[in-house]
Amino acid sequence: MRNTQRSQKIAFFLLFLATLLIVVPVGLIVVIIIQKGLPAINWQFLSDIPRQGMRAGGIFPAIIGTFYLVFGAIVFALPIGLLAAIYLSEYAKDNLLNRIIKLAIVNLAGVPSVVYGLFGLALFVVFLKFGASILSGSLTLGIMILPIIITTSREALESVPQSFREVSLSLGASKWQTIRHIVLPNAIPGILTGTILGLGRAAGETAPILFTVAAFYLPRLPKSIFDQAMALPYHLYVISTQVPNVDEKVRYGTALVLLFLVLFMNLVAIIIRYNFRKKKKW
Amino acid sequence: MRKLKEFIIEKLIFISGLASIFFVVLIFLFLTKEGLAVFKYASPVDFLTGKSWYPISEPAQLGILPLIFGSLMVTLGAAIISIPIGVACAVYIAEIAPLRIKEVLKAGIELLAAIPSVVLGFIGMVTLVPWVKTVFHLPTGLTALSGSIILAFMAMPTIVSIAEDALYSVPKSYKEGAFALGATHWQTIYRVLLPAASSGIVAAVMLGIGRVIGETMAVMMITGNAAVIPQNILVPVRTLTATIAAEMGEAVVGSEHYFALFAIGIVLFIISFIINVSADLFLHKRH
Repeated sequence: MRNTQRSQKIAFFLLFLATLLIVVPVGLIVVIIIQKGLPAINWQFLSDIPRQGMRAGGIFPAIIGTFYLVFGAIVFALPIGLLAAIYLSEYAKDNLLNRIIKLAIVNLAGVPSVVYGLFGLALFVVFLKFGASILSGSLTLGIMILPIIITTSREALESVPQSFREVSLSLGASKWQTIRHIVLPNAIPGILTGTILGLGRAAGETAPILFTVAAFYLPRLPKSIFDQAMALPYHLYVISTQVPNVDEKVRYGTALVLLFLVLFMNLVAIIIRYNFRKKKKW
Repeated sequence: MRKLKEFIIEKLIFISGLASIFFVVLIFLFLTKEGLAVFKYASPVDFLTGKSWYPISEPAQLGILPLIFGSLMVTLGAAIISIPIGVACAVYIAEIAPLRIKEVLKAGIELLAAIPSVVLGFIGMVTLVPWVKTVFHLPTGLTALSGSIILAFMAMPTIVSIAEDALYSVPKSYKEGAFALGATHWQTIYRVLLPAASSGIVAAVMLGIGRVIGETMAVMMITGNAAVIPQNILVPVRTLTATIAAEMGEAVVGSEHYFALFAIGIVLFIISFIINVSADLFLHKRH
């Protein structure tokens, strides 16, 4: 008996150790970036164009470029993703087509990000002749985050109790009216969570924008959606591997801004979801 | 009028429902449209088993075997590190951690999943790479090992969250039955819960590995990018993904180099397709 107790203690200790092995490095990464990046952050860094071959000045064009890209991606992906989620949760029957759609979503989520880059290059940049532009990059990122938006929105829609729909239908509302006025409003926090997670993913990805939009060095703001743009993740890649003798402070500062942006969005999503679950009345 | 409006909306919903199938097919079509042209220059066998990758020499040598080995070695290393730690962490979160700590840990894992790969690559470059260099007395710390360690951290969130789901969905009665027979908590976990959740855990591991194979930026920044077949884990390697990312910028549209990079894209697409379909089969095994 004492033996089994002891082996349980050892086993649980090892499991705890494994958890620490994940959590501690994550904490360290965040702390190191904040500690070394914070001294670089000031108004000039956030609002100025890069100067002296990106060794000084700021990262304003990269921040703006990332905002444009993320905005474009969501404008494209949210309507399609939401409608697709409505289809899966409200209309789809349990048949082969439904199974294939779900498999396609899983696959879309699993396609390597660099393959999205290739696809965007072949379709948007070369075939549709959009060139390397914000439009091409946004569409590529939009397709990439589609599975995130579909999956989270579907979960949100499906968590609305069946009885809500039945009551609405029994009062004479049509199927679409039921969806529009009963199901959607109750699913909004979940949909919002998915959208924000998608935004965060789009903001942090580099590989899909490498050949579809990213400008190595473009010290001005993009003028139209057919313009190239700088973007934060690509800028971090460039100043850490392609440009020699960049002050470490500038690198850490850029990493901090990017990390802050992405983690902030994820945190907001987590909080919305948490509050929603707590408040849920059913 | 209302009927017509609803008819249009429902058709739109249906079309959007099919969008994911459409995009998967579209991706495959455009990859093959650009990629299959490489076989005018190299046979599929030469392409997959050729030992030299010199895409811009005259004549170009387009063998991706060194790149396949590079990807395999980095992935294998990451799997060895991330599978035991990831599964153990999933067990801890699902079974042992008190409720409060559980919530915090889950949020922490989610945050790890959210860190952009270029940030992990940067951190790896400035912390891990010099460390590997001094510990193993190497001429450079940009090695397959450094890549494996960083990639393990990208696989772990996937493994932990899916394995945790699988453990959580084991019926409570299994656990109660084991307790009633006098088993300790740990005996219940490894004799009852782990076997019962095994198909979900296998799927978790597969999806984690899928994420590693497809990972690009971090790998490109810390594995050293030498396109030679690696003899051990302490030398620089170049993966399939890093090759595309590093070289597409210089490849001329319509050149054999350009086609070859798309053909690598086809290889990656097929690998991820196989992994995702089989992981999905494992996940739905019991239903």
